[in-house]
Amino acid sequence: MAERLLTEDRTTELMTVNIGPHHPATHGVLRLIVDLEGEIVRDLKPVIGYVHTGIEKSCEDKSYWKVIPFVERMDYVSYFFQMEAYCGAVERLIGLEIPPRAKYLRTLFLELNRIHSHLVWLGTTALDLGAISMLWYCFRERDRILDLFEMATGQRMHTRYFQVGGVIEDIPLGFEAKCRSFAEDMPVRVGQYEALLDRNEVFLQRTKGIGIVSRERLLELGVTGPLLRAAGEPWDLRKTFDYLAYPEMDFNIPVGTVGDNYDRYRVRVAEMVESARIVEQCLDALPEGPFIADDRKYVLPPRSELSTSMESLIHHFKLVTEGFRVDPGEVYYAIESPRGELGCFVLADGSAKPSRVHFRDPSFVNLQAFKDMALDSYVADMICSLGMLDPILGGVDR
Amino acid sequence: MPDAPGLELLRGEIELDHPGAVLATSFDRDQPALIVNPAQILDVLRWLRDTPGQRYAFLSSLHVADYLPAAPRFAVHYELLNRDRVERIRIKAMLADPAADDGASGQSPRTDALARPQDSAPTLPTIDSCVELFPTAEFQEREAFDFFGVVFQGHPDLTRILLPDDYVGWPQRRDFPVGGEPVTFTYNERNYG
Repeated sequence: MAERLLTEDRTTELMTVNIGPHHPATHGVLRLIVDLEGEIVRDLKPVIGYVHTGIEKSCEDKSYWKVIPFVERMDYVSYFFQMEAYCGAVERLIGLEIPPRAKYLRTLFLELNRIHSHLVWLGTTALDLGAISMLWYCFRERDRILDLFEMATGQRMHTRYFQVGGVIEDIPLGFEAKCRSFAEDMPVRVGQYEALLDRNEVFLQRTKGIGIVSRERLLELGVTGPLLRAAGEPWDLRKTFDYLAYPEMDFNIPVGTVGDNYDRYRVRVAEMVESARIVEQCLDALPEGPFIADDRKYVLPPRSELSTSMESLIHHFKLVTEGFRVDPGEVYYAIESPRGELGCFVLADGSAKPSRVHFRDPSFVNLQAFKDMALDSYVADMICSLGMLDPILGGVDR
Repeated sequence: MPDAPGLELLRGEIELDHPGAVLATSFDRDQPALIVNPAQILDVLRWLRDTPGQRYAFLSSLHVADYLPAAPRFAVHYELLNRDRVERIRIKAMLADPAADDGASGQSPRTDALARPQDSAPTLPTIDSCVELFPTAEFQEREAFDFFGVVFQGHPDLTRILLPDDYVGWPQRRDFPVGGEPVTFTYNERNYG
């Protein structure tokens, strides 16, 4: 029926409508200028920059270790990924190898964060489509993840847990049991979400066959992550590049077939189950040993040594006041964030502050595909496509 | 990643088709990079994208770095990715600052010749846009223009993207001070402004 309506000869004029920048359906401070012919989107231009806070510039004025909390606040839903991209880039700059336990702990928290990010996406996007109860179910599970973050790091969001060289603290007693029970529950919960949505006629009609973009076009536009995988391209940096403990993990990459909004939903939901599997494997195989590298030039000495060792005190003082210096060079390090390829470029000029920190944010790049997704569809479907695109405007604007 | 000898081989192959295009190579922290003549940047990018056996067809990231006080000062970085072989390579095009004083900055004659005169913005560094080759570069080139004032010739819509349209200055340049932006409150503006 949509086909017939779209090809119908219309005499209506084009009308330009402004949506946002402060509209609940735009998932952040995104402004859309939309040309409408009746109910149908004929042209679309995203206007961004409303939450630009100059984080990249501010980073140039901070010593390396003080940059970590800054970059966390770019993409505020996947903060562990921001930390990993930055810390990993700095570790590659100084050639610092992190201990196996730190690799596993980082992998563990990244995957918990991936589930958390997908839950926020699922809750808010289903809310856009009228499935209000999904939000409460998703945020119930999200809260368990935040409790885990709080238990291990002291903070629910923006944890500053990853450090150059490893993680700041070991996981506390009782964390493992709590985390394991969550990882066991999660596939069951995902099954419940699917039961709520997969047979929901309204949800199916709103998502199936909507917002299709071919995989070739997505690759041209530089789109990565679940959007690309939903179009049938099994591209996941966790499998292709060797970083952290992912080579030792057994997990699958869910892919879609059609590349419509329904596939995007299916891929993300299946990814949550895979992430829960990775969390369990991390806990099973968590190696003993130090959780942070033992290199006093870059890593704070243990607190207990400060009252007994003059040398440790000096290192501590140097690291806290000036920070560590990094030899000139530049590194680009990319990881698979919940939204696609999150790359961090760090340029060092030999001082204790980075001379440039740039984030290749997946939301920013993916947003270019929005026009292709929404063109010649109804306004309501455009809102659905925007939700399925899952942009985080903090990451887009930085 | 191509290793150091592989990078030299790659350079040789590009030189066969486009003499003088590759100015230097660098292999630092296991990351290969080609430093390319900015006037031939599109030739090199197209060669890397389309040559069978290379197929660096995915542009991961395009960003600019400011190497002040070095000259030439700016570099446009293209992070290319070959998804079949899972290899990354960085292409760098160094751009001099046309606004810099010739005597003081010590520009080489080569970079002077490359800074082609511009009608719209004669004092900004200029390079060809690669949006035709990689549509993903559209937003990223706008961002580079927004923050560094690098003009990408042939870009369909080269306007500021994250900063307001009426903003003056190129804030990510190294000589732009942090905190150089006064905070304006509407109350102060109204009563004292």
